[in-house]
Amino acid sequence: MNGSSTVNKTRTVVPFGPQHPVLPEPVHLDLVIEDERVIEAIPNIGFIHRGLEGLVEKKDFQEMTYVVERTCGICSFQHGMGYVEAVEHIMNVETPDRARHLRTIWSELGRLHSHLLWLGLLADGFGFESLFYECWRIREHILDLHEMTTGGRLIFSVNTVGGVLKDMTPEMLRKILDTLDEVARDVRVVEKTFLYDYTVQSRLKGVGVLTKQQAHDLGCCGPFARASGIACDMRKLGYDAYPYLDFEPITSNDGDSYARCYVRLMEVYQSIDIIRQVIGRIPEGDIAVPVKGFPNGEYFNRVEQPRGEAYYYVKASGKKTLDRLRIRTPTFANLAGLTETLKGAEIGDVPLLILTIDPCISCTER
Amino acid sequence: MAKVKKSPWLLHYDGSSCNGCDIEVLASLTPVYDAERFGIENTGDPMQADIFLVTGGVNTQNRDVVRQLYEQMPNPKVVVAVGVCACTGGVFKDCYNILGGVDKVIPVDIYVPGCAARPQAIIDGLVKAIDLFEKRANEWETSLKGVKKGE
Amino acid sequence: MAEVIHGIDEIRVVPKEELLLAVMTLKNENRRLAQACAAYVNGLVEVSYTFADDEAYQLVHLRVVINPDDSIPSITPFFPIAVFYENEMSELYGLRIDMMEGIDYHGRLYRIEKEAPFRPEVKK
Repeated sequence: MNGSSTVNKTRTVVPFGPQHPVLPEPVHLDLVIEDERVIEAIPNIGFIHRGLEGLVEKKDFQEMTYVVERTCGICSFQHGMGYVEAVEHIMNVETPDRARHLRTIWSELGRLHSHLLWLGLLADGFGFESLFYECWRIREHILDLHEMTTGGRLIFSVNTVGGVLKDMTPEMLRKILDTLDEVARDVRVVEKTFLYDYTVQSRLKGVGVLTKQQAHDLGCCGPFARASGIACDMRKLGYDAYPYLDFEPITSNDGDSYARCYVRLMEVYQSIDIIRQVIGRIPEGDIAVPVKGFPNGEYFNRVEQPRGEAYYYVKASGKKTLDRLRIRTPTFANLAGLTETLKGAEIGDVPLLILTIDPCISCTER
Repeated sequence: MAKVKKSPWLLHYDGSSCNGCDIEVLASLTPVYDAERFGIENTGDPMQADIFLVTGGVNTQNRDVVRQLYEQMPNPKVVVAVGVCACTGGVFKDCYNILGGVDKVIPVDIYVPGCAARPQAIIDGLVKAIDLFEKRANEWETSLKGVKKGE
Repeated sequence: MAEVIHGIDEIRVVPKEELLLAVMTLKNENRRLAQACAAYVNGLVEVSYTFADDEAYQLVHLRVVINPDDSIPSITPFFPIAVFYENEMSELYGLRIDMMEGIDYHGRLYRIEKEAPFRPEVKK
């Protein structure tokens, strides 16, 4: 591709993907390998590219909420949230406190389900099928909570400019707390296997090391960067109910696949803790305020998604439709980190390393 | 669904879906919903697959991939389109890069609606696909016998 | 209660010629390139580069306004990871970027058939 295969005769280019058993989504990588070692990895995307940013010309800013939520089915709620908060900021809408707390609950539930999904896929990646099934079984509890509170399992469409569309009853909050206790108990069991099992450690420890400096230079974000020691968590920006909550970014200094697994496991407990705190202090009140007029201005909003920080750039000029919407998703930023970790890796570890950035290709390509 | 004679294998391809339907497809194969009790097994190899399950609409890039995977599958085969994007293009219908539903490229037998399609709906679609596959397999066998007798 | 750290974001509009100098300054401040994007506004292109300071949680947006037919210098000498953003801008928005270091995909990062789909007036 870049001519390196002609420099040395022993180098070969192995195409990886788009359809590959470990990946639920299509991504294509050209791996330049020498014997069993990867020298270079060149990502190539575009299989799921839909061009949804172009839809701003056709749909008005309220309708776009539903389109943005479908950027990705896993972090769907947080996509919608990031977008409506950017629009709210431009329109100077003061969202009611209760709506902000509800948004926090839903986004942390989304984080829980996403991390459990990832832990399952990781287990599948190193060939531990029963662990994969167990993680997905625990995850179903979270999806049941989604269904109870919103009616949807993955895509809720409860966000709207000015607040949220659905409220939670005290029984629902009670049920969430009970289920989270159960989830925490179940996760304690799988935690032992993920962190202390000998075979799991041998697959994860020291594989795909990314130092703190490298992670910074490559612009990595989210749990991937936190596993390399960068204590950067956008929830600290204090959107929604986060300014009232007590939490610290979870980091590790190892920077290998094991650290990434550790960080995400600990974030599962952190999210459970955050939801408990939110339910403990959720105020009564309205869940949405009416919004009049059209947005005029521009704003960069960023939120912390399960995979890292996402940017929503909205530019509007007082019309029904927006001028420009830009979504920068965490996987797009972590793509550079992925190619760096793949350098020098063994070809057998490639699927596992791709999994460790928690790739969300449909986010990346939009 | 009566007694199943064959155990069809499943090939899953993510067209340009948002991931929602994909993880629901995976969730319906895990023990909570357990579609494997119908004898289905998820495979990554099109050459051994009987049911082709596509999520998401078709774009200019994966059009050829979908067609190629379909052609690589042996006869008889059944195509299931999961989710509203695979059926019609869904919310992304107006996107410049989306051609529409999967039926723009390959013949689709069963349409599963939903955004994201629920596991129950996916299993329902799969059960229908198994029936259809059985019927086609029988027809295929008789046609083969007919050829043999004709010789 | 957690401490909220939120610096004030600023947008700096710089002329095209001073872009690399400004980028170099931000590089020396040890900032992280967070994103880069292009937007068509009234027949002009606004290219925004966002640089994040992870300790102060503060953003600086560098903005260059150019004509759609002009080219813009690449910032890859300072931030090698900008290749992905710059390839994206050149493919989807039809921006001309000079002296890209690293992998120039030549329109093959996103494998799309339509050239520069988000470029408004040019109908090719």
